[in-house]
Amino acid sequence: MGNEEAVYFSRGLTELTLSFHIIFATIGVGIPLMIMIAQWVGIKKQDEHYILLARRWTRGFVITVAVGVVTGTAIGLQLSLLWPNFMQLAGNVIALPLFMEVFAFFFEAIFLGIYLYTWDRFENQKKHMLLLIPVAAGASFSAVFITIVNSFMNSPRGFDIVNGQLVNINPILAMFNPAMPTKVTHVLATSYMTAAFLLAAIGAYRLVKGSNHVYHKKGLFLTMKMGLLFSIITAILGDFSGKYLAEYQPEKLAAAEWHFETEEGAPLMMYGVLDNGEVKYALTIPFGLSILAHSNPKAEVIGLNEFAEDEIPPLYIHYLFDTMVTIGMLMIGISFVFLLGFWRRWRFVLTKSFLWIVVFGGPLSFLAIEAGWWLAEVGRQPWILRGIMRTSEAATTSGQVDTMLLLFAGLYLILGIGSMVVLTRMFRKNTVEQELADRASDKAGETV
Amino acid sequence: MNLEFIGIFVLWLFLFGYVMVASIDFGAGFFNAYVTLTGKQHILSKIIQRYLSPVWEVTNVFLVFFFVGIVGFFPRTAYYYGTTLLVPVSIAIILLAIRGSYYAFTTYGGLKHKRYTYMYGLTGLFIPASLSIVLTISEGGFVTNETPGPALNYWDLFTSPLTWSIVVLSLTAVLFISAVFLTWYAHEAKDEHATNLLRRYALIWAGPMILTASGIVVELHAHNPEHYARLMDVWWLFILSVALFIGTVYLLWKRQAYGTAFGLLTGQFFLAFFGYGIAHYPYLLYPYLTIYDSFTNEAMAIALIIAFVAGLGLLLPSLYLLLRLFLFNKEYVQGKRNDHT
Ligand code: HDD
Ligand code: HEM
Ligand code: HEM
Repeated sequence: MGNEEAVYFSRGLTELTLSFHIIFATIGVGIPLMIMIAQWVGIKKQDEHYILLARRWTRGFVITVAVGVVTGTAIGLQLSLLWPNFMQLAGNVIALPLFMEVFAFFFEAIFLGIYLYTWDRFENQKKHMLLLIPVAAGASFSAVFITIVNSFMNSPRGFDIVNGQLVNINPILAMFNPAMPTKVTHVLATSYMTAAFLLAAIGAYRLVKGSNHVYHKKGLFLTMKMGLLFSIITAILGDFSGKYLAEYQPEKLAAAEWHFETEEGAPLMMYGVLDNGEVKYALTIPFGLSILAHSNPKAEVIGLNEFAEDEIPPLYIHYLFDTMVTIGMLMIGISFVFLLGFWRRWRFVLTKSFLWIVVFGGPLSFLAIEAGWWLAEVGRQPWILRGIMRTSEAATTSGQVDTMLLLFAGLYLILGIGSMVVLTRMFRKNTVEQELADRASDKAGETV
Repeated sequence: MNLEFIGIFVLWLFLFGYVMVASIDFGAGFFNAYVTLTGKQHILSKIIQRYLSPVWEVTNVFLVFFFVGIVGFFPRTAYYYGTTLLVPVSIAIILLAIRGSYYAFTTYGGLKHKRYTYMYGLTGLFIPASLSIVLTISEGGFVTNETPGPALNYWDLFTSPLTWSIVVLSLTAVLFISAVFLTWYAHEAKDEHATNLLRRYALIWAGPMILTASGIVVELHAHNPEHYARLMDVWWLFILSVALFIGTVYLLWKRQAYGTAFGLLTGQFFLAFFGYGIAHYPYLLYPYLTIYDSFTNEAMAIALIIAFVAGLGLLLPSLYLLLRLFLFNKEYVQGKRNDHT
């Protein structure tokens, strides 16, 4: 296998592992916050339903954490196995947040173990809820630290290269690079948003399938509120991400927007097809791109004509951008209509057809996460460290990457199917109605 | 003391931590499968489950800590080890992944089937075997520097007696460490049947463990005389280690003070592990990499050490809480409390 093939397969394996890990990572970041909110509401209102929500979510969460942990371990090792040249260089400058991430994991793992095994151990339920704070904080901080590493790849800072040597290294400056604020916050907000819509989808699915229990309605209402909140925040932070790109990575924005010539008052193009360099059938929003890039309809936006041919990312990222933004807007709309309808007692928001839309919102949010990461990563090409190291120079020289790609594909298939099977069995066997009845009789037993 | 030394010391310490906790975990899985096969699972399974459940994720983080830390402190290891270890480490990752997820699937997801118990037990032996290959490679002689980059010579690796002695040592050590710990744990749980059975396993594996460990010293004499000579410079560490080993076996034999026995065992492995590490110094990979030429820059090293100290300040109290709630909590250990979600 020549080295070109090694690069090709290393890319494939990295794409595969990260695309799989991010599903579980997003759940890992978002769900603890939702559990915490449900448990808090339950304790405050003394409402058994919310406590049970928290409890059932936690049970499912344990399964996804397990898959998150093992796939995360895989990607952590694969970074060195597949991109040894990159890690050798980057390790000198950006190892600090990676190292801090491990402490966040440690913290999360310890308290998750404690949290799981201490339901009902404390007289005061609030004490038990407090144990969840380190879990949620640990998970969110892992996301913060790893996203800092990724933002460094997009806008490397904190060192100079003199005669091929790294000098003047400043790990703190490397962490607080220009891409970091928008990237970290957008990633966090999207995780919370996706977790909320995932849980909403599950509640809606139960209602569609004929359960009419108020438990599901309470859950749905709570998660849709969270979903609306975080999807609005997501869109605002997404807008800031666009402004960041315009300033620091104009080639990524230009490729995502099929913006070929530098111009003032640039329009925003959605969808469409590319025909010999001509954009056709696109939905054009006049001045849209200038507003996204600089908040000013007249502003000048840099186009692809300013870049060398071999430094332009693949143009298909346009569709990834469109997918992400469309889903973002759609989810804001859906959750807004649902909540308005719920308050105003409009019948149709609890009809089957509307609930089905909510059910699809869960997978759609995950699709947006995937599209967003692909946009960010493919849009950085051909660089692995923008402007400093090309992806093709970073890969391993090992000849067995193709076999490993097959092995890992098999592994993820097993893990994916396994977690689906286990999760459905877990909740099918143990229905909400049954569990509420059990808990009520437990309580009665205790007081006798 | 220089920064390089602090870095490798911290990492070696965490690797030692991983070796101990992971050995308990791997061995427990194996014994669980073994008693299931021989129809004695009513004696052991409960004890093993109760210990493993709250801590399994923590075990994994020790490993993550080590490999993230070594790339942080010694970035050039990413180049040499990253390029050469693709296959053995990928296999280890896949086994770890299957093991970790199926543990959660069975324990929390109710996927109960003997097939998984066996698979779980077997991966517990294959993982230490595949990870221990890294130690073998670090002795040098298996990696060559070729034109596109360093490459591993599989034929030499798999025909070397050193490789297989280290593999066998990793297995015997896993079973011995695990059996001694679980004897103590079962004793704390006041479960006499389990204690007796585990004590027997511990005594059975003690002999093979010390034999293979001594065998390796002999193998090294032939394979890497430089390392062997440095090993002999710290001979007294190994003598002390053997003395502690004898103490452990004696206590087990006399059915006394299982807690102390486990303490002695920890000491035994600590001394041997550090003796081996000190003799390996300064090489990370004979003869290409030393801790000095692969070290990161000073600014990063200081930042990492500060982060490490701050991190420990957070971790030690939490680990203590975990141990107090589960390991040293009489009610939990004896199975009177569960409280699982
Ligand atoms: C639920 C998922 C989701 C949704 C609805 C959105 N995004 Fe997003 N977006 C992400 C999930 C995401 C992400 C997965 O979190 C990314 C990938 C890498 C990153 O930094 O965040 C991302 C990246 C990303 C980038 C690239 C940043 C970079 O490469 O540095 C831009 C410009 C936007 N987003 C803009 C938006 C806008 C204007 C949205 C309007 C609603 C939007 N996103 C909705
Ligand atoms: C978890 C969400 C992420 C996803 C889904 C993701 C996805 C991708 C994809 C699709 C590529 C391939 C681009 C191409 O070659 O066309 C890639 C490349 C890469 N990403 Fe990411 N990425 C994620 C986060 C990260 C983070 C946080 C880091 C840094 C620590 C990172 C490091 C890399 C590396 C080293 C490559 C290989 C070089 C390259 O092909 O650009 N990724 N990723
Ligand atoms: C190159 C990129 C990445 C690497 C190297 C990586 C590494 C890891 C590792 C080693 C673990 C397991 C830790 C353990 O043993 O407990 C893990 C889990 C996790 N990762 Fe990733 N990760 C990456 C990308 C991401 C991203 C982009 C996010 C968030 C947006 C994320 C969030 C998490 C979370 C929350 C967990 C905990 C498991 C869970 O709760 O599901 N990771 N990751």
